[in-house]
Amino acid sequence: MSIAIAAGVLVAGAVYLFSRREMLRVILGFVLLSHAVNLIIIAAGGTDRRDEPIGGDLDPSLVADPLPQAFVLTAIVIAFAITIVMLVLAVTGRHDDDMSQPPQRDSEPGTQASQPTREQGGTS
Amino acid sequence: MTGAMLPLLVAVPLVAAAVLVLLARRTRSTLVVLTAVLALGLAGAVATVVASADGGTLAHGVGLWPVGIAIPFAADMLTALMLTATMLLTLTCTAFAIASGFARRRYFAPLVLVLTAGVNGALLTADLFNLFVFIEVMLLPSYALFILAAPGKARLRRIAGARMYVLVNLLTSTVFLAGVAFVYGVAGTVNLAELAGAAASSDAVAVAMAICLFALSIKAAVFPVHGWLTQAYPATSPAMTAMFSGLHTKVAIYAIYRIYAVVFEGDSRFLWIGVVAFTVTMIVGVLGAVGEKSPRAILTFNMVSGIGYILMGVALFGVAGLAAGIFYLIHHMIVKASLFLSTGAIEVRYGTGSLDRLGGLARREPLIAVAFFAAALSLAGIPPFSGFVGKLGLVLASVSEGQLVAAGVMVLASLVTLMSMLKIWSNAFWGKPQAPDGSSPAPHPWPLERGAHAHHEASTVLSPVQHPEDATHHERSRISLPLALPAVFLVVVSLALGLGAEFLLGLSETAAQGLVDTSGYVEAVLNS
Repeated sequence: MSIAIAAGVLVAGAVYLFSRREMLRVILGFVLLSHAVNLIIIAAGGTDRRDEPIGGDLDPSLVADPLPQAFVLTAIVIAFAITIVMLVLAVTGRHDDDMSQPPQRDSEPGTQASQPTREQGGTS
Repeated sequence: MTGAMLPLLVAVPLVAAAVLVLLARRTRSTLVVLTAVLALGLAGAVATVVASADGGTLAHGVGLWPVGIAIPFAADMLTALMLTATMLLTLTCTAFAIASGFARRRYFAPLVLVLTAGVNGALLTADLFNLFVFIEVMLLPSYALFILAAPGKARLRRIAGARMYVLVNLLTSTVFLAGVAFVYGVAGTVNLAELAGAAASSDAVAVAMAICLFALSIKAAVFPVHGWLTQAYPATSPAMTAMFSGLHTKVAIYAIYRIYAVVFEGDSRFLWIGVVAFTVTMIVGVLGAVGEKSPRAILTFNMVSGIGYILMGVALFGVAGLAAGIFYLIHHMIVKASLFLSTGAIEVRYGTGSLDRLGGLARREPLIAVAFFAAALSLAGIPPFSGFVGKLGLVLASVSEGQLVAAGVMVLASLVTLMSMLKIWSNAFWGKPQAPDGSSPAPHPWPLERGAHAHHEASTVLSPVQHPEDATHHERSRISLPLALPAVFLVVVSLALGLGAEFLLGLSETAAQGLVDTSGYVEAVLNS
């Protein structure tokens, strides 16, 4: 039960952060969401009916299921890698965080001076 | 080809990628290795087709661990066909990327190889969690390739497309992972063979699997959740759009086919959801296409429509419907990539894909014009091209299953597809060539290393990088043969598949039988 509530709270936090405009907050939202899913995977192993695998002479059906833990490890590594990619994206395109303001274009000479309107309409 | 060789299709590209990262500065040699590994992969895929031609399944549990713990790799005819088509497309798009100069970006070769490894792994694995892992392996290099397409100083639109692409795919993967967790929670396994028929008999498993299928539908860009595709795909380089169009959504489609066949055993209770969603997808896709202005945006919307057609094969679950769907899937991958490559060649050399700024290309670029026209006819489903056979099969299957509305929509959507293709044709290929005065884009050949930057974005086009000498040989073809050949090659493949349809139809029928009766697949995986 506590795992279910924890996952629910994490998802709620993630959804709240997704509703923000900034890329950084969206990324933090994804961090929360991946934690929530990791908890779900752990719970899928049956945490309510299994105990910790400590001691000798253990019954495999009563101690913690190792497979979901392997899943979670893999998922954490993948989520970590993608978080880095997203952080890079957050840095390289800082100016389009808030679309309600006119985007600041980079002042590379000659690329935008000729027809600025085109670029703005380009996000269709 | 034996079962134990299947992991090589993943391992070889991965190892080659690792080596190529070390050699990344020596672009030419990396490209040679890239092409060689891809050609090897294609040979392996064809060998898999031959090995599974009798309807059998190759399977292997990596590391010989017991079933349920090992990473199971399995290939039946459907897998083998998909492997062959994806390897063929990767190879062709790489050839285009080399010709257009995009491949000279550092890390291009290793990234494409990791992408290949991910695609092959996702197609081969018979385990839901491994499917998630391989989809991520496929997506991570794609993010990098997507961003590589941006010029040195990335401008607003490129980055916006990339962000959208990464965020949607990550959200989808997370949802998929949650679905996998729920499946493990209620079924105690994520091995497809052990899950066989589980969703048909248990509603809890069906709901958990539905979460996975929903996530896969987002990745495949089915109607209510297709918006990301039409925004993201036109934003990268033409070579990458073509490659992604053939790989990413199609891997998701393959997974939907496989999961619905094995885990749901084609349960007829849920088929109506598919019929409705995929019919609407067909209409929304083509209507969006008619409203767009650049060839790549039109083609991306047509792709959404095509996805509706392909998935209709699952919704009409039966040998005839599945076989037609699989045939259409292969046809669509090839033709779509051809269209992206022929319009991409124009974008790369003329610096714009905007239909307002192109004209009269039919006389100037006869080869590309013929390739585009033929591929457009094939996409719309005109004989003798492969699209006709696929669409005819789907329409006949829908009629025999009593889905008359779906059949009607298929025919109607084909006509609208033709209309949207004619829009590109009449604007870009017919009409007056645009004069190179100040207001319309002065067509200039992009120097090779800038070729990758040359996109449909008008701002890029209008940069005052002028080549005054252009005015003199204005009428000369600007698209070199190596740049045009990939698109032409794929059109020839489509024509061959249309004229010799018996061949691929036979193979896709074998694949469809394997989906209707999954016992062979399940048994092979369990005994691997």
